[in-house]
Amino acid sequence: MTEERLIISRKTNNKFFLMIAVGVVLLIAGIIFMAAGGGAGHGEAAGHEPASWSKRLFVNLWLNNVYFTGIALIGTFFVAVQYVAYAGWSVLIKRVALALNYFLPIGGAVMLVVFLFGGHDIFHWTHDYLYDINDDRYDPIIAGKSGYLNTAFFLIRMVLYFGLWIWFSLWLRKEALNEDLNGGTNSYHKSIRISAIFLVIFGITSSTSAWDWVLSIDTHWFSTMFGWYVFASWWVSGLAAITLTVIILKQNGYLKMVNANHLHDLGKFVFAFSIFWTYIWFSQFLLYWYANMPEEVIYFTERLSGNNGQYTWIFYANLVVNFVFPFLVLMTRDAKRQMIMLKIVTIAILIGHWFDFYLMMMPGTLRTDAGIGFIEIGTALVFLGVFLLAFTKGLTKASLVPVNHPFLEESVHHHV
Amino acid sequence: MNKKFILGIYDDEDVLLTAIENIRAGGTKIYDVFSPFPVHGIDDVLGIKRSRLPIVAFFAGLTGMSFALWMQIWMMGFDWPMIIGGKPHIALPSFIPVTFELTVLFSAFGMVITFFIVSKLKPSMKVNVFDKRSTDDKFVMAIEVKEGVTDVAALNDLLRSNGAIEVNEKEVVK
Repeated sequence: MTEERLIISRKTNNKFFLMIAVGVVLLIAGIIFMAAGGGAGHGEAAGHEPASWSKRLFVNLWLNNVYFTGIALIGTFFVAVQYVAYAGWSVLIKRVALALNYFLPIGGAVMLVVFLFGGHDIFHWTHDYLYDINDDRYDPIIAGKSGYLNTAFFLIRMVLYFGLWIWFSLWLRKEALNEDLNGGTNSYHKSIRISAIFLVIFGITSSTSAWDWVLSIDTHWFSTMFGWYVFASWWVSGLAAITLTVIILKQNGYLKMVNANHLHDLGKFVFAFSIFWTYIWFSQFLLYWYANMPEEVIYFTERLSGNNGQYTWIFYANLVVNFVFPFLVLMTRDAKRQMIMLKIVTIAILIGHWFDFYLMMMPGTLRTDAGIGFIEIGTALVFLGVFLLAFTKGLTKASLVPVNHPFLEESVHHHV
Repeated sequence: MNKKFILGIYDDEDVLLTAIENIRAGGTKIYDVFSPFPVHGIDDVLGIKRSRLPIVAFFAGLTGMSFALWMQIWMMGFDWPMIIGGKPHIALPSFIPVTFELTVLFSAFGMVITFFIVSKLKPSMKVNVFDKRSTDDKFVMAIEVKEGVTDVAALNDLLRSNGAIEVNEKEVVK
């Protein structure tokens, strides 16, 4: 087997930089528009102080950062699952997943900075007066959660998550490079042990990070399914990102040994886990809908009919784009083996799950002041550009084909 | 009526796969191949078309879904309306679990029943075992002999030249 090195041309890199530049321009335009009072009339009509542009910016930064950090983390998770399962079919595409986590350090840095500067704008529970019993804004429910939900512990956890995730990602990457250089099965067996430990850590941290970063926005609300729900959303988006990258690389003449059989398996993954996400979504929704207890059902009321009904269309579009569409389109075997079908579905899922996170974060922070304007599109473009820069840099760091992987031959002759 | 078959016995699946390809390329029709375990890629070289069972599964599932929704809407909404938990009579979210289960049930049973019918599997079915070793460690390729058309000696040579370790003849009562 021969090595395959990805070369990212200056032109491609410039496209990513252009993406970031356009994003920044849109962002600045959006901020100027808001600061000049573009949204004031709307706010007055609702009878309250409209959200400031800085709040909207911070919430958007947080939203995109959680979304892209999740996809980057899924890269490591995917590789770890493949190692622990002794999977042979995925060897040819492992390096794509492994490169996704190059965004993790950036995600960690951005998250820390955004929390330190915009924490009050995103998280209601960070306000000190909620815990002061002499203040009339004292909130006994939030005060009762202060053992877990306090700024110091929150920051410790955040650093711990990123530290562990990056450490294990680096470790797996190091073993992969070792394998390319030295061959043998030492690196392989070591990678399995690293992966097994990582999966245990991931199982806990993926849930707790979801509580910290997403669930705690709606501080009063609670859901035992929430960790799974965020994981399901990350996982299916990550699988879509891996599939889309494999297809784009293949269409540009790389990954020559990847054929319809590998795409078929990736398609099955995307198909299955878009259903899994729906299952989690419905399991969470059904219980709250059935019990109909005010303190619980408020979460869905805010998204369905509350907030002037501005989230209603996203609530339903979320289900159509992330469940009905992939379910019907990817149902047949032929669709899972065709690049064009997979491309359409994976792009739809990636956009759809961005909106899924939008729906998780916006009603609890910006409420009626949320929208989809220059700031939203601008921030998303900046993050996409940075993510692609980091990701493609990661792809160029090593051979796209793990030349000394013990199961490489099995993957080349993979047949379903 | 009796049918005569020439049986080529193989003991290696790679040899078998190339043999199937060569023999089919030469224009000889293979009746069937018997193997103790599933051989990867044998469907392709034998020219067996993909099963159409998934289509049955889809429509059986669709039937199950429609039936479940109709049943619940009719029962809960029209035949015997009851207020449960203050919800409307026709409360779609509460119908979803039953709808899901019946969709799965219908498509599963639909597939199994269709499979039995199409492959004519029934308790009274009589199976001709060409060579008992095909359940142990040998692969058996059966080629039908048509009186006056098939050149048995040439077929024997063809099978042996393609790696058969043994060539037998067998008559089967139909």
